Formats: sequence, C-alpha cells, structure tokens
Amino acid sequence: MTQALKEQTVNKDWVTLCGIQDLVANSGICALVAKPSEQGEQLEKQIAIFSIPDSEEKVFAVDNFDPIGKANVLYRGIVGSNNGEPIVASPLYKQQFSLKTGTCIQEEAEIGAYPARIQDQAIQVYI
Amino acid sequence: MSKQLNVVVVGNGMVGHHFVEQLANLRESAEQVNITVLSAENRLAYDRVHLSEYFAGKTAQDLALTDESTYHDWQIDFRTNAKVTTIDRQQQQITTEVGETFSYDKLILATGSYPFVPPIPGGDQSHCLVYRTIDDLESIKSSASSSKVGVVIGGGLLGLEAANALKELGLQTHVVEFAPQLMAVQVDTGGGRLLKSKIEELGVQVHTSKATQVIEKGESCRYRLVFADGETLETDLVLFSAGIRPYDNLGRENDLVLGERGGIVINSQCQTSDENIYAIGECALYENMIYGLVAPGYSMAKVAAKHVLDSTSETVFEGADMSTKLKLMGVDVGSIGDAHAKTQGALTYTYENQPEGVYKKIVVSSDKTLLLGAVLVGDTSEYDSLLQYMLNAIELPESPEALILPMAADKPMLGADALPNTATICSCLNVTKGDIVAAVDGGACSVADVKSCTKASTGCGGCAALLKDVVDKELESRGVEVKKDICEHFAYSRRELFDIVKVEKITSFEQLIEKHGHGLGCEICKPTVGSILASVWNDYILDSNKVPLQDTNDTFLANMQKDGTYSVVPRIPGGEITPDKLITIGEVAKKYSLYTKITGGQRIDLFGARVDQLPDIWQELVDAGLETGHAYGKSVRTVKSCVGSTWCRYGVQDSVGMAIDIENRYKGVRAPHKVKFAVSGCTRECAEAQSKDFGVIATDKGWNLYVCGNGGMKPRHADLFATDLDDETLIKYIDRIFSFYIQTGDRLQRTSVWMENLEGGLEYLQKVIIDDHLGICDELEKQMASIVGKYQCEWKTTLENPESLKRFRQFVNSDKTDSNIQFVTERDQIRPATLAEKKAGELGGNIEIVDLTSNESPSESSKQAVAVMED
Repeated sequence: MTQALKEQTVNKDWVTLCGIQDLVANSGICALVAKPSEQGEQLEKQIAIFSIPDSEEKVFAVDNFDPIGKANVLYRGIVGSNNGEPIVASPLYKQQFSLKTGTCIQEEAEIGAYPARIQDQAIQVYI
Repeated sequence: MSKQLNVVVVGNGMVGHHFVEQLANLRESAEQVNITVLSAENRLAYDRVHLSEYFAGKTAQDLALTDESTYHDWQIDFRTNAKVTTIDRQQQQITTEVGETFSYDKLILATGSYPFVPPIPGGDQSHCLVYRTIDDLESIKSSASSSKVGVVIGGGLLGLEAANALKELGLQTHVVEFAPQLMAVQVDTGGGRLLKSKIEELGVQVHTSKATQVIEKGESCRYRLVFADGETLETDLVLFSAGIRPYDNLGRENDLVLGERGGIVINSQCQTSDENIYAIGECALYENMIYGLVAPGYSMAKVAAKHVLDSTSETVFEGADMSTKLKLMGVDVGSIGDAHAKTQGALTYTYENQPEGVYKKIVVSSDKTLLLGAVLVGDTSEYDSLLQYMLNAIELPESPEALILPMAADKPMLGADALPNTATICSCLNVTKGDIVAAVDGGACSVADVKSCTKASTGCGGCAALLKDVVDKELESRGVEVKKDICEHFAYSRRELFDIVKVEKITSFEQLIEKHGHGLGCEICKPTVGSILASVWNDYILDSNKVPLQDTNDTFLANMQKDGTYSVVPRIPGGEITPDKLITIGEVAKKYSLYTKITGGQRIDLFGARVDQLPDIWQELVDAGLETGHAYGKSVRTVKSCVGSTWCRYGVQDSVGMAIDIENRYKGVRAPHKVKFAVSGCTRECAEAQSKDFGVIATDKGWNLYVCGNGGMKPRHADLFATDLDDETLIKYIDRIFSFYIQTGDRLQRTSVWMENLEGGLEYLQKVIIDDHLGICDELEKQMASIVGKYQCEWKTTLENPESLKRFRQFVNSDKTDSNIQFVTERDQIRPATLAEKKAGELGGNIEIVDLTSNESPSESSKQAVAVMED
C-alpha cells in the first residue's frame, strides 16, 4: 500500500488509493494521500471514497474532513441522494454534501470533490 | 392615465432594486409608468447581506439580484456608472457626473449609506480598507494575499462578519472595539462577554475598550496600531467597520430637510420635505431613526411604490422591528426588541451557562405580562417563539423564565394555534398568519404553494419551521390530510413502511426502494428502514446489505463523540457486575487510555477510542464475557435498578433479579426511539422507574407497571398501566406494549409522544393490551418472541467476520492514525482538545497535547508532551 503513496507527484494526477476489494458497497472508506506541496513540505490529506454501484459514476471521492463538525469523519456518513444528486450526510451533524461538487446542501460550507474511477480493479482519484 | 409618469430611481442597492421590482409589478404597463434606474456602481443590484460569501467562493453573478436582461424584459431604462451630482427641483430634472440629464415626476433616493472611517492618523494608507461593496472585497482579497495578520476596527455586527472574512482568507485575525463589549447595539454586557469568549475560542482575538490613536509603520508587520492606553498591535491589513453613515449628500446639497446627525427626513409615506422626492433605505431618516437592516428598507420600498402610483394609498411605514437572529462565525446570536431593558420599569430574567457557552435574557414589562426584548447568545432556539410573544403582545405565562430555562417542564409551546391572524410569521417579507390563511383559502395546499404565492420564508428562511406549522394546521383544520412522508424517497410514514416490510416479507433496503420508493435513499429513510428490518427480522445489523443503512453509531457499534472518536459501553444488566468484570473494564480503559465515567444508567462509559481501536478493545471485552450494551442504537438501553429485597431493609421484591431478566429479554431490540426501563424494589422508587418508558415498581403483592414516561428534554411521568402483576403477566404486558409501539410508532417517536397520539390514550392502550380489544395480542407476543429469540451480541458477531471489520480502518492504505484527534488532560483523564488548544499545540504553545499513538497512559505520555510558548 505504501507503493501508492510513492507514485504521487506534485502535479495533479490519477492516483491509485486502494483496490475494489477495499470498497464497501453503498458506503464509504477512507484513504490517506501524501503529496509534497509546491514548497516541498509533505502534506497529508484524507480522502473519503464512496462506492455507489447503482450510480452512473460507481465511485466518488471527497475530502474526509467535515468542515462543520471539524473532524475527519465523512467517510463514516450515510450515502444517498437529494433530488437526484448523490450525497453523503455527515455522521456528526447530518448536513448533506454533494458527492459530485462537494457543496453542502443545508449550510454555507464546501469540501473538495475529486474525479474518481475504477481502473483494472484499482480505485483511482484525480488529485 | 393619459400622461406617462416618469419615475427616476437613484441608487440600485437591495432597497432600490426592491422598489423597482415593486413598481414594475404594480404599474399597469410600461406606457403608464416609465422607470429609470441610475446606479453609481459598475454593476446592477446584488445581495449585500450575503456579501461575505463572496470569499467563500460565490461570484458577483451568484450574488446578483437582477441582471440586464431582466431589466430589459421589465422595460426599465437603466444606467450603471451613473453617479447623480445635481437635482434641479424646480425643473424636476437630475444630472449625472457625465452630464446626462433626466426629467422626473417622482424621484426616489435609494442611495444607501457608506462606511464610516474614524479620523485616525495613518488610517488612509493603502492597506486600510472598508467592507461594503464587491469592489471593496476585491481590494481586501488582494491585500490579504500579501498579508499575514488582519485587524478589524469595530466589533459590531458587520465588524464580526468582516473578521470572519479575514479569518477565511487565512489571516491571523483581531477585532478592536472601542466599547467594553462586542455588538453593543444588539446585545447586553453579559451576552457580549460570552460572545467574546466564543469568538476567541474560534481563534479570533478580541480587544475591547481600545481606542486606536494612530496607525504607524510596524516592525514585524506592515502597520502598528497604537492604542490610547499605550498598548500596540501589529498588523498587515486594517479593515474599518465602525458603523455606517447615510449617503445623504444629494438631499444636503438640494435643501431637503436632514436630521441632526444626517439622514434625509421622511414621513410615513416615505416622502422627503419635497413631496415629489422620496427617500428609502439607509439614506432615509424616519422618526429620528436610520434603519440599517434590509427588511425595513424593503417595507419602505413597498410603501413608496404604492404611494408613487396612488397618492391616496393608505399603506404607510410605521417604523420596523429591529430584532435580528444570525450566525456569526458559527456562533448563534439573537437580539429582540428592547434588548437593553431601557423601557421604564422593565424587569429582566437571565440564564447563563458558561460551560455550554449559552447566555439568554428576556426583558419583560413591569407587570410581567408582556415581553419587551431578549438577548440570546450560543443558543437561539427560542428566538422565533420569543419574537412572536413580543410582536403580537401575547400574554406571557405565569413564570416567564420558563421561556428560556433549559428543561423547564412546562415550557409553553407557542404553536400555530396560539398566534393571532395579525402575527408576523415571516418578518423579512412581512407576511402575517392572516396572509397564509388567505393563501390556503385561495387554494394553496402545500408549504411550497404558500411560499410561492406569499413569498413567506424566501428571505432568511428562519421562519420555515413556523411556516410549516401554520400551513399544516390550516390544512388539517380544512380536513386536508397532511403528508407524513418520511422523506423525498418514500411517500409513506414509518408505520406504513413497517406494514409493507412485514406483509411483503421484504428483507433489504434495495427491495423496498425499488418497489415502493425512488432515488438512493438518505440519512432519514435508511436508518428507519434499517430499524424496521431489525424489528421485523432481527438479522445481524452489519450484514453487507445493512451496513449502508446504519447511522454511524450503529455501524461502528459505539457512540460517535464530537471529535470523531467513539465511546464504548459494555452491557451491565441491571447494573449488577462482578469484581472480575469490573477489573477487566478498568484494565481495558487503562490500556487504551480511555476516559472513564459511570453513566446515568448504571453502566461504565469509556471515551476516546479511535475507530481503528474499537475491534481490539471489544475483543478484550468479549473475551472477558462482556457484551455490547447497545448504547448506540435506537434500541433497548438500560434497565436501572435499586438493590431490592436482597439487601435493602425496605425492599419487597427482588428488583435486581427482575431488572436482569428484563434486560436480558429485550437487549438489542430495535425500536423507533431508544427505550429505557427501570425496576424499583419498593415505593421509595430509588431506581426512578416512573421516568422511564417502562417502569416497574414492586408492591407486596407483585409489580406495578408504569408506561410511556421519559426524562430528557421534555420529561413526562409514566402512567400507571396495571397493578400487582405476577412476573409472568408483567412480562406478557411489556411484550405486547413494546411490540405494539415498535410496529406503530413514528420515526424517532418516543413512547410518551406515541401514547399521547393514540386516540383514547392510556385507556385505549389498556383495552388493546389487557382486554385484547383488537384481537392482536397473540400476534404482538409472537412478534416479540421471534425478535428476542434471535438475540446476538453484535460485537461478538462482528469480530468473527473480517468483512464487516473493513470500515473500522481509519485508512485503507496506511496504518497511520487520524492526526486531528488530539487530547489534553483534565482531572487526571483525557478529553478532546479544543480548536484553540490544537492550534496552540501546533504553534508549539504551552498546551500539553497528550500523545496516545503508542497507547501509553496519559500520565506517562504527558511527559513527552509538546513544547513551550513564549508568552
């Protein structure tokens, strides 16, 4: 698994974070992305990855940090939809975040949302 | 009308635009009234109330209230960059900066206000800015990009909003206020004090009672503020937010009557001293008052628009309520009416809870019958109710303090029924209950309909709950069935879903949503269905198709706490525990450095377990013979007991034995809400059974059963259901009642509310359960027997199943732990570090962040705690 961390570069790229066997259907898991910043410091970021087999996209990736509850918990939220938009509800205070855009539906808040895909049994996120 | 009326509007802020909108709607045609709008800014009207969202990523376009094509459609003649310089009142003509002239029959001044910049030497340097327009925000953004520290001068409402903006831009932020407290206009000293500490907790430093005397060159930063007391503060950026002044120069230069301290004087039709010139919004002075809020400005716009068209219009502006409710940097603040108790003879009630950060005050008339004002900081849940009391002069309850005290049992609920038709429901758009009733009479049959025809709740949205209440009540009173759909995905109530699941033998969410719902589900319907499936089939709740349905507590079989860690609660049936088990719990707590506390329900809570530690912790507990306590589920929690006849001098039955039997029988049973039991060994009631869903009290002939009580937010004493029962009958009755509740209760409905909603109440329940009036008792007992027969310790099952442990990893690709989880010690145990403590820890402050990564006990690890801070 440390392999995945090494492959990453400063530039945005498709990064392999785990395999499809790690996914939990209709639910979330969390991966750690380590990237050197432009200043060369090592930055770590937690990414929540959601598997929704019934959706067009199948997998989604957003920040794991809940900006309202201020804790790294979003991967533990319930996934669902709001007016057709795939969402995750924060397990802390239940605000819904769009899995496509990262926008919070109930309050002024936003999280990062990243393109995600399944490539040869691997889950890749563009980050 | 034969002649075309020429109306010229100077100013295109929120109020100016609202006037245009009103007038364009009211006029019969563009031929009847020609509207010209002149905006000094280079863009048309935008939403200034939500200006700070510009920093959160909103664009000028997102904030726009209108656009050129809309004005074209409305046939409005408009100019941007068109600053008006002169008014010729004789000729009824105005001239702009570039020399363009316009004739008017009616002139509307909606020029607004400008930020006041105190005359501080050095205050005119390039990084000294104000916060008013989109252009200002652009300047702030560009200055912030080369700044580290920012100061807002002025701790009023706008100042705090500006401070939030600086903070969001990543600056180390300070607020400097001349007065001894923040938001002196809206809140009192106590509220200001609490507000200050809450805002400081968020990392913004607040300096009150500070008068800035000069802004000079700084040493570590670009500037240095020197205060009257000699202290200094270094900063790269200064933002002035010291109040607003009416933009009244057009009135001043053209001999309209002004107030002593500025503002164009208007009458209740919003006319100035020249009857053909109106002033509205923040440039206008009505009865010596400038209204610096948008709602009164909108009212003025409405009044002026009507009067311009019809000089006999009876709509008048009579001042406006300045009550406000807002969230400043995440801190709830509410101010109603006479917040400072300035009314003669006014009396106050204050409630302050420093640990929780809550401050509430109400101001009442000398005879305690009317509410005059209120201040709420930290919790504004009573704002709507209090506002209705004040606006409608509703008589206060006998003990007005009940309105703000937490857990006051007799807190009067000010429901839709209590409000008169004149009650304002939506104060932003001035919609009364009468308007809503009229809309329902006119055929509106949903909240959405009422919203679209009255515009209620389309402003700040703070009245949404009350609006729904009023609409529902009105619809119900007309015999319209109000939808009880649990959410957008299912057009059914919980009870209906329960019946569907049972009758159609549905065993998964997928089956149910495919046949009877749509979409992907949500955090409301999924756990509800999860609970129903558990109640009907009682399968293992972490089966792969049920994992996605569970709230975090159920998924992780533990309770999530504020920092994302969990608490662990082993079951201790009846509160009886062997020393060996007690030692195991203690050893586990010590090994994993968990905070330990005895709960209110006679159990032991272990806090601070990271998600990845839960399986290890539980493995040890399960190995020692302990079971999950289901403290996380909407399920049976504790059965509290006293020691009963075995030890107690007074006990008449074995209450511990009964409590253990009950707990073991119903443990793990899922219900619409959590369910608690208690058994007391005599009428002294040491187990407090009458505050529980099911309370059992021993008599010398058997057991008395009490039902549907609860503690918590709205306590209710349980009702005596049956007396002197033998053991067998007691269990039979509980089986039946519990089963009946599980099948018919609404989502998250407690037994107390469930019974209150049963038509016929207690008597009906007795008929159903004791007399088997509906002939369903057999079925109820069977259902309960099938659930209790399938009990399993969910932790034990989970530990045996590697697939279900997947989600207990913090990261799928790393063994690291979540670095955001940090603890400090308090009273010899850990607790979550506050944001400020975490920040201080990062900066190398004198805060001891406990390092638990190597699972050492706090006492050892605090020795390796981090660093020291200079000050």
